[in-house]
Amino acid sequence: MSNNEEFRVLSPTAILGYGFPEASFMRGMARKPHLIGVDAGSTDPGPYYLGAGKSFTDRAFVKRDLRYMIREGVKNGIPVVVGTAGGSGAAPHLEWCRQIIVEIAKEEKLSFKMGVIASDVSKDAVKKALREGRISPLTCVPEATEQMIDETTYLVAQIGIEPIIEALKDGCDVVLAGRCYDPACFAALPVMKGYSEGLALHMGKILECAAIAATPGSGADCALGILKKDSFILEALSPKRKFTCESAAAHTLYEKSDPYHLPGPGGSINLDGCSFTDIGDGRVEVKGSVFEPTPKYLIKLEGARPIGYRSVSIAGTRDPIMIAGIEKILGEVKQQLKEMSPDEDRDKQLFFHVYGKNGVMGALEPLQNATSHELCIIIEALCPTQEQADTLCSVARSTLLHYGYEGRISTAGNLAFPFSPSDIKMGQVFEFSLYHLMDPAGEKLFTHRIETFKDGEILK
Amino acid sequence: MKRNILEAAKVIRSKNAGPYELTFDIMFKNKEFYEMFKSQQIINRKQMAGVLKIDESDILNLVWFAPANAVKITIKRPISSGAPGETDIYGAQQHAPLLAIEF
Repeated sequence: MSNNEEFRVLSPTAILGYGFPEASFMRGMARKPHLIGVDAGSTDPGPYYLGAGKSFTDRAFVKRDLRYMIREGVKNGIPVVVGTAGGSGAAPHLEWCRQIIVEIAKEEKLSFKMGVIASDVSKDAVKKALREGRISPLTCVPEATEQMIDETTYLVAQIGIEPIIEALKDGCDVVLAGRCYDPACFAALPVMKGYSEGLALHMGKILECAAIAATPGSGADCALGILKKDSFILEALSPKRKFTCESAAAHTLYEKSDPYHLPGPGGSINLDGCSFTDIGDGRVEVKGSVFEPTPKYLIKLEGARPIGYRSVSIAGTRDPIMIAGIEKILGEVKQQLKEMSPDEDRDKQLFFHVYGKNGVMGALEPLQNATSHELCIIIEALCPTQEQADTLCSVARSTLLHYGYEGRISTAGNLAFPFSPSDIKMGQVFEFSLYHLMDPAGEKLFTHRIETFKDGEILK
Repeated sequence: MKRNILEAAKVIRSKNAGPYELTFDIMFKNKEFYEMFKSQQIINRKQMAGVLKIDESDILNLVWFAPANAVKITIKRPISSGAPGETDIYGAQQHAPLLAIEF
């Protein structure tokens, strides 16, 4: 890096597969970016996707987004870095996304070198670390146990910039990473070239959501980050949007618990001295973000484990007498079900979601006596096997349908079903089992393997 | 005469901060409202515990963030995202009680 040379990063979309307007992307390409980066994942959609090894984004649109990025990146000699492949970044997600790239390479007859970085951590390594006191839970997370680790289906770590830098140094044109600290796919290359780690990571933190941080915000539009020696500039790529100090600063709050200190692999970004300045034309300049390494390089583990199978039934009621007594009625129905199967812990297996009363907030709902003129009741059964869940859902549904509650005058049936069949098998259910920090104790956990494509074919 | 917070705030939202925490943001309309709420501590741990009907010890963090004219309150999620009994996986619809705050 010489003097104040710019390093421009194009972030096409908030999550790979959310889409972006072609015009915005091409406007970004016209700015001659030095890097195209995209964050492809999140834990937001819940534990299922990591636990089951499935993507929460749609394959057709992931391919659509990647086709623009890889074709234009490769043709113009601009590195493309994809983080958290397949939404959760474990081995099946990584392979799912890799296959999409293989198809694109073939269809577009592209020649390039790809680095693939797996971020799975072996259970044995984590159990060893647990025994050696190198695993600590994040805030509000229970202590890890060996059983929890054994029950986890997929166990990943958020990688930092280092493994990506290694792949880029090996000349990879495309880097596909498993679970990755969101800003890392944007920050790795500029840090490798000598730009400030604090600024590069803070810029990545904003770019990983692309135009969500602009105003009006959108998860399906592009943003450009321009990194300089002592600052970075944010720029929208659609005439419909602009960055303002407020939109950029507001985004710094998003999904974080402390906006001044943003922890990541090996350290945190300190924003105590950070400033946002409007420099006109819908652009904002950010200064003062500093990276503070922690004494030990810790990585964050994520894992999910299966906890059973779910069946649900969706129904409604429009009866004012039933609505007035709904809590008592549901309690009595649950009691009747408990008496029918006294060996089962129905409190942990049967849930009623009552929309129109407290379906959204559950126990946190402050309005205790409000009800709508009609209610939606989702009966949820969560049991060790699908058959057991189907049975409990079915029996709960039929019991509630014909339950003779106090004061009933509508004796033909208590529920309105919109669908036949009324019950839906939801399949396996997962919960987060690991959300812990691990001290790798100097062990190198993540490496890349290289695949070379020539005119669309993989060279053996 | 008490005024509703919507006279002073333009964004009130909730969201997961990871699967085990829930975070609320209140962004004020301007620096004046931000300074007024901050200096008078209209938003504080005890008051927020009352608004959310939770124990004060479940409020993990309350941070004033001047660059966005905002205050952020982070609480312990009642259960981890997606665990049995979940009602809001993303935590994006837990903000409504904040709309009733008065000052």
